[in-house]
Amino acid sequence: MNSWSWEVFFDAFPAVLEGLGITISLTIACYLFALVFGFGWTFIRRIPIKPIRWLIIWVMEFIRSTPPLVQLFFIFYAWPMVPVIGVALDPFTSAVLGLGIHYSTYIGEVYRSGIENVDSGQWEASTALNFSNRQKWTKIILPQAIPPTIPMLGNYLIIMFKEVPLASTIGVLGILSMANDYGAQYWRYLEPLTIVAILFLILSYPSAILINRLEKKMNRRFDKKTVLGRMNKGKGAVM
Amino acid sequence: MNEPMVKFKDVHKSFGDVEVLKGINLDLMPAEKVAVIGPSGSGKTTIIRMLMTLEQPTSGSIIVDGENLWQMEKSGRLVTANEKHLRQVRGDIGMVFQHFNLFPHMTILQNCMTAPIHVKQENKASAKARAIEMLDKVGLGDKLDNYPSQISGGQKQRVAMARALVMRPKIMLFDEVTSALDPELVEEVLEVIRDIAHEGRMTMVLVTHEMEFARDIADRVLFLDKGVIAEQGTPSEVFGHSENERLDSFLRRFRR
Amino acid sequence: MITINALNDVFPILIQGIKITVSVLLASIVLGYLTAFVAGFCRLSKNVILRKITGFYVEVFRGTSLIVQLFWLYYAFPILFGIEVGSNFWAGVLAISLNYGAYMSEIVRGSILSVAKGQTEAATALNMSRFQRMRLVVFPQAVRMMLPEFGNYLILMLKSTSLVSLIGMTDILYYGDILRSSNLSQAPMVYLLVLIFYFILALPLIWLTRKLEGFSKKGVASQ
Ligand SMILES: Nc1ncnc2c1ncn2[C@@H]1O[C@H](COP(=O)(O)OP(=O)(O)OP(=O)(O)O)[C@@H](O)[C@H]1O
Ligand SMILES: [Mg+2]
Repeated sequence: MNSWSWEVFFDAFPAVLEGLGITISLTIACYLFALVFGFGWTFIRRIPIKPIRWLIIWVMEFIRSTPPLVQLFFIFYAWPMVPVIGVALDPFTSAVLGLGIHYSTYIGEVYRSGIENVDSGQWEASTALNFSNRQKWTKIILPQAIPPTIPMLGNYLIIMFKEVPLASTIGVLGILSMANDYGAQYWRYLEPLTIVAILFLILSYPSAILINRLEKKMNRRFDKKTVLGRMNKGKGAVM
Repeated sequence: MNEPMVKFKDVHKSFGDVEVLKGINLDLMPAEKVAVIGPSGSGKTTIIRMLMTLEQPTSGSIIVDGENLWQMEKSGRLVTANEKHLRQVRGDIGMVFQHFNLFPHMTILQNCMTAPIHVKQENKASAKARAIEMLDKVGLGDKLDNYPSQISGGQKQRVAMARALVMRPKIMLFDEVTSALDPELVEEVLEVIRDIAHEGRMTMVLVTHEMEFARDIADRVLFLDKGVIAEQGTPSEVFGHSENERLDSFLRRFRR
Repeated sequence: MITINALNDVFPILIQGIKITVSVLLASIVLGYLTAFVAGFCRLSKNVILRKITGFYVEVFRGTSLIVQLFWLYYAFPILFGIEVGSNFWAGVLAISLNYGAYMSEIVRGSILSVAKGQTEAATALNMSRFQRMRLVVFPQAVRMMLPEFGNYLILMLKSTSLVSLIGMTDILYYGDILRSSNLSQAPMVYLLVLIFYFILALPLIWLTRKLEGFSKKGVASQ
């Protein structure tokens, strides 16, 4: 068995790179879907009817704690077979739905922690100023709740980027699919897979650094110390 | 004349470009009680932190009981002390912190037993007996199994003192031990320090803003200002009228 | 009726995959936590080279995706070094534990660093050695901070075990795929059942995570 070959590397590179556009656009599509859907979760889990709220919390928990890969398969293979409501979806749309819904449950939690971190005095103040319910949200609460969550949301963009190659399993032709195809065709997996790894590193590492900076800046601005960048973690008392 | 217990020889300390201590010379005699007063940022905490080995002096030397604290001899040359040397010398020193620094994952009793057992290799039974004795002495004999989060600030500070005392230090350092406390809890802590002071054996350095208290128990008062000892003397000398303009205005803020 | 019958057919086949899923999970948990602690401490070591090497490992594994690492370990690694990782079991376990070990090592490091400085200072004032300060004072508190995060990673690791079906391991999802390809109309029930299997496995982990969160609320002085 022969090991590393630069020849193969340079031959495989353009082939793999062909998938980059799909990988990136799928990342963005999934991410936007999750951002919007996350809002949905945040609001419906505030419904003041207990059994419904309870049900929603468990549905979120179910989606969050089962594998996104299986959820992808469910949407791609099983959904068309569901009587009455089932429709066949192309791989790209399936991936957007599957990964989008999965990560929307995480994003919903981020929004929630942002909202819960808004001081309760702000609610009282906006009531005292006689804002309407809608105004309270749009003028007072959300403008304070969202900015501190931006670094966390940015993190999820990177996480999404790294999750997107799962979609190669249902035939989305991103970089991982391209590498696998090349591997299957020429029986050379080492170089194309290494190229995929390098592409991921090149794109995600600088973004991670950027978000880290943003987070530090935000923490300073909001005078909040988050341990390990986690939201919603109060400052422990010094004994 | 006795040998001093602690000797500061021309000690300087800078943080980055800022020189915080500009040549401290100081002798502390055995069993002497010294109060350190001075405006915020004058370097009081830094002095005792260097003695506790929490901060390294930029230059100068500190001698503890005849031993050079921050330097040691290595093949004929003086080099910066290593961890082993520091451990050897600082065994005689104990410290009580402004913010208590109790170990939150241990009970009150465990807080006072851990160091004797692990540092001094005392056996568990005698360490426990002594910890209980000390906790009794500071009036917390009934809280042995509580966690620090379950007791008041004044009680925490008294535990911190018991924790330091079980190590039988020859020198005790107190860094504004009452300034993080609610006013009504201050007295119970001062009372304990008074007791310790009256036993007389230990050398004590107290950084404090409690002027009455300093006058009460100190043999000597140091006024630290802008990184130097600007004035020192017996409590009546320092708290009486002084020619030092800055000391005067500093003290005036405490009399109303 | 039809559903009940189909359930009878599907259930016993899926359950065969549980053993693989659980053993991959358990091995990954053990190896993952071990990696996390070793790498976390290495990144705090005084040795620059050790710190740099570990830092490189952490960034590479956090910067690429798990599925790529899995394929790389399974297909590429043996070619590059001429050695097999052992089996697809070990390729799967290694990929999962190295990936999550890298993430969790940051938690180990961050937790140790966020124990309040006053704690180390108090331990120094009691004349503890460097090792004693870590063992008796800092580490026990840092662990309490790590626990809830570690709990979350248990669930992430469980979810990631489903990837081993892609390198030919016969886990739950593998049997699900077999069933689906033999009878496509069964697909909704098959995958729903697979999801429920994973959820049942997740329930004790969710419960444990909540417990750990409660436990960690006591006994930490963080900065
Ligand atoms: N670790 C450090 N890094 C940088 N500067 C420091 C550090 N520790 C202390 N300083 C500075 O050194 C100066 C003296 O500090 P120190 O804590 O000794 O003052 P202090 O007299 O104890 O004041 P206070 O009454 O407020 O406690 C201050 O200006 C402080 O900002
Ligand atoms: Mg001070």
